[in-house]
Amino acid sequence: MESLIRYAPLLAGGAVVTLSLALLSLALATLLGGLGAAGKLGGGPILRALALAYTTLVRGAPDLVWLFLVYFGGQRLVNDITGALGLGQVAVTPFVAGVFTIGIIYGAYLTETFRGAYLTIPRGQTEAAMALGLRGLPLQRKVVIPQLIRFALPGYGNVWQVLVKATAIVSVIGLQDLVGLASDAGKSTREPFVFFSAVLLAYLLVTWVSQVLLGLLERRASAGFADAR
Amino acid sequence: MRADLVVLNWQLFAAGVWMTLQLTFLALAIGFSIALPAGLSRARRVPVVSPLINGYVYLFRGTPLLVQTFLIYFGLAQFEWIRDSWAWTFLRDPWWCALIAFSLNSGAYGTEIIRGAIVTTGKGELEAAWALGLSRRQVDWLVLMPSALRRSLPQYGNEAVFMLQGSVVASVITLQDILGAGRTLNARYYLAYEGFLAAAILYMAITFLLVLAFRGLESRYLRHLRPRGVR
Repeated sequence: MESLIRYAPLLAGGAVVTLSLALLSLALATLLGGLGAAGKLGGGPILRALALAYTTLVRGAPDLVWLFLVYFGGQRLVNDITGALGLGQVAVTPFVAGVFTIGIIYGAYLTETFRGAYLTIPRGQTEAAMALGLRGLPLQRKVVIPQLIRFALPGYGNVWQVLVKATAIVSVIGLQDLVGLASDAGKSTREPFVFFSAVLLAYLLVTWVSQVLLGLLERRASAGFADAR
Repeated sequence: MRADLVVLNWQLFAAGVWMTLQLTFLALAIGFSIALPAGLSRARRVPVVSPLINGYVYLFRGTPLLVQTFLIYFGLAQFEWIRDSWAWTFLRDPWWCALIAFSLNSGAYGTEIIRGAIVTTGKGELEAAWALGLSRRQVDWLVLMPSALRRSLPQYGNEAVFMLQGSVVASVITLQDILGAGRTLNARYYLAYEGFLAAAILYMAITFLLVLAFRGLESRYLRHLRPRGVR
């Protein structure tokens, strides 16, 4: 217990790494999910096939396999590119590999979330807006997007909760995140149980806080609807 | 690209596939035997038991499988009384630790699936059974469970895929599963990605087969729920 207090500042730093990894990955995943959904919904045959290949392949193999491919294979790829261009060495850090891997994987899940949410918007909504003379970007911004957010939020929240837990795997390639640091601290103090238990509690805390925040967001996005509770 | 090395070392990957399948299916089976009674008591809100199950489910669903496995494999060794007990024969072995962690994890997710399927059972289905004079136990085992378990099939299929993909954690604690085989290959020949690519393809193939198998089960056991006129 004392050792836990002694290591608390270090672990707090690790928690910051974990959270920034999660948030940056979520940003990338949101971008890719939006692009993927747009491709699946409105793209031509080639874009649709690309989006389908993306979501199918990415979800077919485990996250850790992709992480290794991005980290080790990606470094080789970067070396080849910088070598061909005559540039110096650029290192793929565990953090960067983690953001890319987790962002790409959960972008595939968000593609389905966004696509489903878009399809849930009743057709009459866009038809009514068009009848009022709205079209193009204003139509999307004023009518489609607000409803898309409302319908996508529950699924988005679920993806976030799974994504946060998935960040733990990046410690395997040496990232000094919450799990990596707790693992080291557990070894040097010979109290691994204490430190891993603390990590479990930290993840539960993040899950719980996210749940509360997402509940508030969902209520806000559904303002004006009878069963908004 | 040295695909030839992957083919040459096929035995490595065959052993990896066997290890992955073993852990996945055993964990799913043990998880299911936890989930069945736990899901039922959670649906029934059994006093004392249900809150305990809630805690178990919340803990295992809210935290990463990797850390759960670490806690069991590295964490439990901290205590001398565990190292001195009979359980140490199992707990010092990464295979058993992985199996325990995966089973408890799958059991927690399964509990929620079973609970959900039970509470969404049509009231009329049970009322019809009571009207026929079936006893409580008969209703449970002849009507409620067969109906709920069938309806839980799609979600259980998802859980099976998650467990398969989650089982990569085994390679982190030194086990030679599919990913472990890929890592060994890369280390042996100083490769950057060939072993991982082979692992990815193998996982995809097994995922695909698993999805197909569950589709087959669904078309057999959920036939009665299909909309009329649709084949």
